Order: sequence, then structure tokens, then C-alpha cells
Amino acid sequence: MTTPMVLAESVYKCYGRLEVLRGINLSVAPREVLCIVGPSGSGKSTFLRCINHLEKIDGGRLSVDGELVGYRQRGDKIYELPDREVCRKRAEIGMVFQRFNLFPHMTALENIMEAPLRVKGEPQGVVEQRGRSLLARVGLSDKVDVYPNHLSGGQQQRVAIARALAMQPKLMLFDEPTSALDPELVGEVLDVMRGLAQDGMTMVVVTHEMGFAREVGDSLVFMDGGVIVESGSPREVLANPQHERTRSFLSKVL
Amino acid sequence: MSTGQDAISDPTIPASGRPAAIKAIPVRHPWRWVAALVVLAFAAAVVYTFATAPGLQWSVVGQFLFYPEILRGVLVTLELTAIAMVIGVVLGVVLAVMRLSVNPVVSSVSWFYIWFFRGTPVLVQIFFWYNIGSILPYLHIGIPFTQFVWVGTTTRIVTPLLAAILGLGFNEAAYMSEIVRAGIISVDTGQTEAAQALGMTRVLVMRRIVLPQAMRVIIPPTGNETISMLKTSSLAYIATVGELFFIQKEISNFNYDIIELVIVASIWYLAMTSVLTFGQYYVERYFARGASRQLPPTPLQRFRRLLFHFHEPPPVGPFEPPPIYPHHEDRVI
Repeated sequence: MTTPMVLAESVYKCYGRLEVLRGINLSVAPREVLCIVGPSGSGKSTFLRCINHLEKIDGGRLSVDGELVGYRQRGDKIYELPDREVCRKRAEIGMVFQRFNLFPHMTALENIMEAPLRVKGEPQGVVEQRGRSLLARVGLSDKVDVYPNHLSGGQQQRVAIARALAMQPKLMLFDEPTSALDPELVGEVLDVMRGLAQDGMTMVVVTHEMGFAREVGDSLVFMDGGVIVESGSPREVLANPQHERTRSFLSKVL
Repeated sequence: MSTGQDAISDPTIPASGRPAAIKAIPVRHPWRWVAALVVLAFAAAVVYTFATAPGLQWSVVGQFLFYPEILRGVLVTLELTAIAMVIGVVLGVVLAVMRLSVNPVVSSVSWFYIWFFRGTPVLVQIFFWYNIGSILPYLHIGIPFTQFVWVGTTTRIVTPLLAAILGLGFNEAAYMSEIVRAGIISVDTGQTEAAQALGMTRVLVMRRIVLPQAMRVIIPPTGNETISMLKTSSLAYIATVGELFFIQKEISNFNYDIIELVIVASIWYLAMTSVLTFGQYYVERYFARGASRQLPPTPLQRFRRLLFHFHEPPPVGPFEPPPIYPHHEDRVI
């Protein structure tokens, strides 16, 4: 059996007395696309942010590609990873945010080139070539020297995806990538993501786009109140939800 | 309401092409003229009073305005301001980053520095550095674990100019660090998260992502601080530094033309701050790139617009007819 790309074993997380994640168990195989759906406040974004250690988990085990996230195990002792190691691991995981978070003081190409140049220390020529071809891949080869403020939301999100891909990640995390977009622009971003999935990228997608989940997702997880209520193949869960909570949520979204 | 049906029947609007710009008679503002007259009369009274003041010799002002000693004082003032501001900005950035550090020791050191240097008058600080030689007559600088020790007389090392630079610069750093901190905090946390998600270290995130964006917030108050420093540098007279205020005071001690020489100094201070104000616009424009879609006009452009295009509508490009949608007429709102 291959090592799962993401493996969560009773992952627990709380902010003070508020329990955000109360025992999450799931596994994502390489090349799998997992979609996480659920009402806001269900902990789905928090879980996603735990995967690249933007948030620290308080209990359970969470590992990416067979290695613990944020910790190292020697014997039966667990050591916290130093900052540098955490950064090195994050560099292998791409993340796309709801509000794009492009760097406004850099052009589209500079946004994409920044991390490969400064984090990985790759040569300028190689990075620039990759940056240009990534922009072409997301359909924005004419926007190379444009600042993010001059791009539409959909274009910004496509640049953000290209920026994450420039680090050649083994896993991509999407945190509601289309929720801040005009309805008309959602399609162009989903198209890029669909292409990624077809190319075999391992993806964890927090989304409200049930159509995308049904069509592209290999598996689907429905979360509420910090636990996984239901999981399975997207078609089955969406067409025939077993749980009352899932049913009432889906009746409002679909 | 209907879709543009009434508008088309208006004879002033041509059937095709862009409608002519509105030529309306502008609203009159009589109170602006009244206010202008009152201000003008008041200004005339002030000018007349000073121009004809019996004890004021304007010829002395003219005589000393470009006096070599005064010019040297102007240069020293500029030098003092520049060096103190450089120390203030560099140390201020370091202190701000320290203050926001996750390391509690580092952040409390910064807090203590700001508490101390912001809490004592800058005049006292300059005076302290100026007199440091009285408690520490010799300075010993040694490299640990080597035989190297360098000894010097304090009064030789801490010259009046250095005393003023230390006093002004260290004090400024405390204020600048708060300005820089405000700038850093103003940057959206999503920026830090996005950079961290790309694997960037804390230092890299700060240097490449946060600080460049914070600059937009940091620059205007820094310009303000520079202008303020230009005037505060006059406090260096307590350390007998030959800057503008000290020089004019020395001269008037000699010839008793106190007000005349204060006017000379004021003219120079005003001239220098005016140049700085002007320069600030251009620095702000540079750091606004990417942040706003259109750069703000330079003072020169603004002045030209005020003079020549006062009531004119904004310039427009060539006309492109809007696309015609076939069922437009049916869609009555």
C-alpha cells in the first residue's frame, strides 16, 4: 500500500475553550482529489490550514507524505520542528486562498517567481521560463507584467494558483477558491483546477461548488461542528445523503 | 421607468455617437470671495505692521541672509537632520521588528528602549551626551578574549556634533519604531499567510512582503518626522553645535539684532521645509505603485490643472459605440 499524501488521525484543535476540530480521521491518497464541504464554522478551513502548519494541532496525528506536520518523532518522544524545517515542508505544499492574497507590490510574474527564487534559490532564467509557461497554462500569458489590482478576481485567483504551482508542490490545498468571485468568473478558476486534477495533482479542496465536487472530486467529506459527519464518493453523498444534518445542509446549497 | 426611450426623443442628443458634454452655468460661490477679501485684509495688516515696525531693520535681514556663517549653519542643520533621520529610521525599523518579535526577551528590550527614549526630553538627551565626558572621562573599547584594548578620551570622541546626533537620532528611533510598527500592522495578515504558505521564513516574509507594503503607510509620517527633525535640530545649540540657530544666536549676541537674525533663520527653515514637503510627494508616488490604479498627480500637475482646467470636464478618449443587444428594447425595467 502506498503512503497516503495526507493522513489525519483524530486531529483535535481548540481556540481557548472553543473546540474547532474534534477528532478528524481521513486519508488522501496520492493523485486523489478530496473535497471538503460543510457550513461555515464547521472547521473545514481550519483543518486545511493545519495541513501546512499555518495552525498548530492540539491533539491527534497529522502527517503529509508519511511525515508528521510540525513535529518529528524519535522513539516515543515528539519534538517540535524548528522554524526552518516547518518552512521547508510548507514549500512542498501549495495553498490557494479565498481572498487570493497576491502580493500587490509585485507584477503577476514577480508574484510567481518570488518563492522559487528566494525560498528554493533556483536560477533566475529557469524560474522566469517556468513562470511564463505557468501563466500561459492558466490562460494569462498577456498579463505577465500587470499588477494584481488591475486584474479581475478570477484572473487574480488564476495567478495565485500559478504562484503555488511554481514551487512544484506535491499537494495543493484550496481554501474556498471561488467564494470571493463574481458568479461569472467562477468557471475560469474551476477550469484551471479541473485541469490540475486531470494532470494527477493531489488536491484537498474546501468548497461550496457542489457541481465541481461531483464532477472532479474522488471523495467528499461533509463536516459540521468540528467532526466529519459523512464521507464517501461525491456522487453518492450528494445524491443520497445518509445523515439528517447532511440532508438539511445540501437542501439549502443545491 | 423605461429604457432610454424618453432620452432618445430629446433633440439635443444625437441619435448616434456620444452625447455632447453638459454645458451648465456653474453654481456661484460669493462667500469664497468674501472670505478671500477678509484674509487679504488681515494679511495686509500683518505685513504692514512688520514692514513699518520702528525697531525692525530689514536691511540687516538682507545683509545676513546669505552671510557665509549663516550658510555654513544651514549646511550643518541639513547634515544633522540627515544623519539623525538615518539613525532614526534604521534603528526604528529594527526596534519595530523587535517589538513584534515572538521572542519575549527581544520584544521587551524594544519596549524598554521606546519607554526610556520617548519618556525623556530630547533636549535633556542631547545635554546628557554632551556632558558624558564628565562621568566617563575615558572610553575603553576591547575585544573579549584578545589583548586588544583601545582607550580614548571621551570628550575627543563624543564631539558636540556626535552628542547632538546621538541625542536626536536615538530619540527619533523611538518615535520611528512606532510609525514602522503601525505600518507593519496595517499590512493584511493574508499577505503573511500567503508568503508563509510558500515556505518563506519569518525574516524573508518581513523583508520581501510586509515591509515594502508597510512603506506606503510609513512614508507620510516619516516625511512629517523629517520636517520636524529639521526644526528640532535647533536644540543642538545646547551642545554648541554650529547649526543655524546656534550661529544666528552667536551673531545676535554680538550685534543685538535679535529679531532680524531670528527672521533670517526662519526664512531658511521655511525654505528647507518647503523643499522637503515637495520631495515627499514623489517618494509617496513611488511607493504607491501597484496599490492604486492611478498615481496621484504631482504638485506641479495639480497646480497646472488648477490654473488651466478649472471648470473643464475631464479629457475623454475617442468614441466607441456601445454594443447593441438585440432584445434590448423588450427589457423594460
